[in-house]
Amino acid sequence: MAISDAVSQDLSLQRQSLLSWWRSGDPWIWLTSAAVAASVAAVLGLIGLLAVNGLAHFWPSQVMSIEYERFGTTTTIYGELSERESIGRRQFLEANPGFDEALPATVERWLIKTGNRQANPPDFRWLYAHDVIESKVPTNVVVIERTEWGDAIGVLVGIKETGETVESEDLWDDLQTRIERTASIRDEVDELQEGSINGINYELESIRLEKRRRQLDDNHEFTDLEARESALRADYAVIENQVFGLTKELERDTASLALADGQVIDIPISAVIQAWMPNSMTAWQKLGLYLKNLWNFLTDDPREANTEGGVYPALFGTVLMVLLMSALVTPFGVIAALYLREYAKQGPFVQLIRIAVNNLAGVPSIVYGVFGLGFFVYLIGGTIDDLFFPEAKPAPTFGTPGLIWASLTLALLTVPVVIVSTEEGLTRIPREIREGSLALGATKAETIFKVVLPMASPSILTGMILAVARAAGEVAPLMLVGVVKLAPTLPIDGNFPYLHLERKFMHLGFHIYDVGFQSPNVDAARPLVFATALLLVLIIIVLNLTAITLRNRLEARYRVSVN
Amino acid sequence: MAEERADGNFELTPTPEVPTPASSVEEALSPAEWQSEDICLTVSELYLYYGDNEALTNISMNVARRRVTALIGPSGCGKSTLLRCFNRMNDLIDNVRITGEIELNGMEIHRTSVDIAQLRRRVGMVFQRPNPFPKSIYENVAYGLRLQGRLPKSEVDDRVEWALKNAALWEEVSDRLNESALGLSGGQQQRLVIARAIAVQPDVLLLDEPASALDPISTLKIEELIHQLKQDYTILIVTHNMQQAARVSDYTGFLYLGKLVEYDTTNTIFTNPAEKQTEDYITGRYG
Repeated sequence: MAISDAVSQDLSLQRQSLLSWWRSGDPWIWLTSAAVAASVAAVLGLIGLLAVNGLAHFWPSQVMSIEYERFGTTTTIYGELSERESIGRRQFLEANPGFDEALPATVERWLIKTGNRQANPPDFRWLYAHDVIESKVPTNVVVIERTEWGDAIGVLVGIKETGETVESEDLWDDLQTRIERTASIRDEVDELQEGSINGINYELESIRLEKRRRQLDDNHEFTDLEARESALRADYAVIENQVFGLTKELERDTASLALADGQVIDIPISAVIQAWMPNSMTAWQKLGLYLKNLWNFLTDDPREANTEGGVYPALFGTVLMVLLMSALVTPFGVIAALYLREYAKQGPFVQLIRIAVNNLAGVPSIVYGVFGLGFFVYLIGGTIDDLFFPEAKPAPTFGTPGLIWASLTLALLTVPVVIVSTEEGLTRIPREIREGSLALGATKAETIFKVVLPMASPSILTGMILAVARAAGEVAPLMLVGVVKLAPTLPIDGNFPYLHLERKFMHLGFHIYDVGFQSPNVDAARPLVFATALLLVLIIIVLNLTAITLRNRLEARYRVSVN
Repeated sequence: MAEERADGNFELTPTPEVPTPASSVEEALSPAEWQSEDICLTVSELYLYYGDNEALTNISMNVARRRVTALIGPSGCGKSTLLRCFNRMNDLIDNVRITGEIELNGMEIHRTSVDIAQLRRRVGMVFQRPNPFPKSIYENVAYGLRLQGRLPKSEVDDRVEWALKNAALWEEVSDRLNESALGLSGGQQQRLVIARAIAVQPDVLLLDEPASALDPISTLKIEELIHQLKQDYTILIVTHNMQQAARVSDYTGFLYLGKLVEYDTTNTIFTNPAEKQTEDYITGRYG
């Protein structure tokens, strides 16, 4: 009896203390802070996941020589361990029917990147750990990154010049010098291709269009154009000869590589980007190569259906498109907000428009994409072609998806955000400040431009930040209005008018989709998906941080004092 | 509280020699005795409606040139509304309807031919709360000047200095003209706003409770300034503070429920009001 009394008293005390804890408001603090912690953890987790998976790809990892037995055959392979995992016994048996050996509950398997896609496919293969007889780390293994067929992994056994084996004291040093030589020749060729040949082609195309224009105008006087054209063709022939000569030079050397199974393959050095010996490199050398790989990822063009090489065109396209979008959306949104807040008579109708604008922000982006295709590309672009580029028809100039239409579509998509936050900024400006300006004899327009807009600029920037954040990550509408998986040229180049708004462009968001889900080589592409996603997130962060810094400066400048 | 000066020192200025109503009564003639050239503003049969609500009823008064006229009355009596009629600030408010006439130097200000911006340049206004623009001190004063078109920099410099000197602020800010006006104290900001208003050389200055948001020392400085400014400007001041009205003004109008109950020299209003309502208000029986 006494004990149960004590217990119930204790319980009631506990209940009371729980109740008082609840009333103290502490649980609320815990709840709110937990929500913040969860958000921060989610963001950091995402970036961490992308960083770990994406950045590890560029590290020159160890190459193993693995001897394994499978169904009675012994095979030796060279390869980098790219993943290891445990699978259940049942899963193993389903994949390997008829396997009746006694098995542990889980089976370990390794994903090995063996390279040599051409000579010895596939270039990624799964091994069961229990099949492995021996694995070594041979120091003389060379990894060669090529412009096509992916990496080659093997032991360097010889170098040939125009088909003849050359004697050299140190094969490895010799290979490096020859790679440097071809790289410099390749640069020369690229320069001719991208600079001169592209320029000539661009000019030839302009001449063709000019001819067509004159034909449409019933003017058949082409002598000046033809003179120019033949001069260009002569230039072209000279450059073409130069390129042929250089290409011959390029194709002089080959390297012989002995693969793990004993066969020797010849690799043209013209196709070699770089070669390294991962197992005999120091940590510093590896770090150097790692940074170089990262840099190449940012500055190179993609290769091999986007599964190798860099993302430079996509990076360039994303940033350019976002900047163009901001330049289009900001004035438009600000002007619309000015009308709604400063000029329109406030009432149910304006309120209705405001609600409609807010709701526009919730329309699925693909709808904007369809609208952009129908309205901007076909209607406006088609009309522009009819009016200004009849000579290019039937090939469309502006009447096809392109950079300007993508920027406009995204501007339309993000304009509600800019309007809403600009309006908020305009509302916050005290009436006294406006009246102060008006009382000095300023007109309403003068007041708006000299006082109100500068004071609202932090809010305008906030709107821009939100718009950029949304636009940079948008992919679906872009697929309809301008993004392609591989653009032959950047939207900016050395040919007048330098910024080519009608060109198609590449975009990191679409690149992720294309590499991750449309590529034939999933294992090779996966790390690039992570790296590209990380890059896209970082770009959005950088763009936002820039805008936020600018906004904070403006805010400090225009903060209205509280007296 | 003392005003913090630009050099960081505190200085308590001695009570200025504000003329008592008794001393100014010798100069201030009663409105009935004015000559026409003494009159700057004429209000006749002014009615003002907010929607259906009559806020000002049949106001008729003259305002003397280069004198300080105070408008007093309890909250909501329409004194600020009346003040805002003189530079047509009420136009900014929806649903305001005005009948009657206001003449500035003989010109009807409601005529459609009147350029409102021009009118507001001639009738400057200072508000209850200091409202400097978030710009530099210099740019604040130059704001009104720049609205009048491009002036040579030297001329703008001169006018800014002149205005700041006249607003008794030059000493305190001459070494930091390019700093933000928002860094000034409340009292300094209010004098800056006055400098901004007089920089465009208006005829009339409307002061809407210019010292109500300020501490006593700043208030004193503003009152001193008003006393100096009346040499050159016709000043209308709305105030809640009857001592202030008594100290700074030559004429006082008492408004109650939108009507101008009594309007006479400040001395008469405060010593010998004709109306019982005025007396009740001045002696603190309501308001």
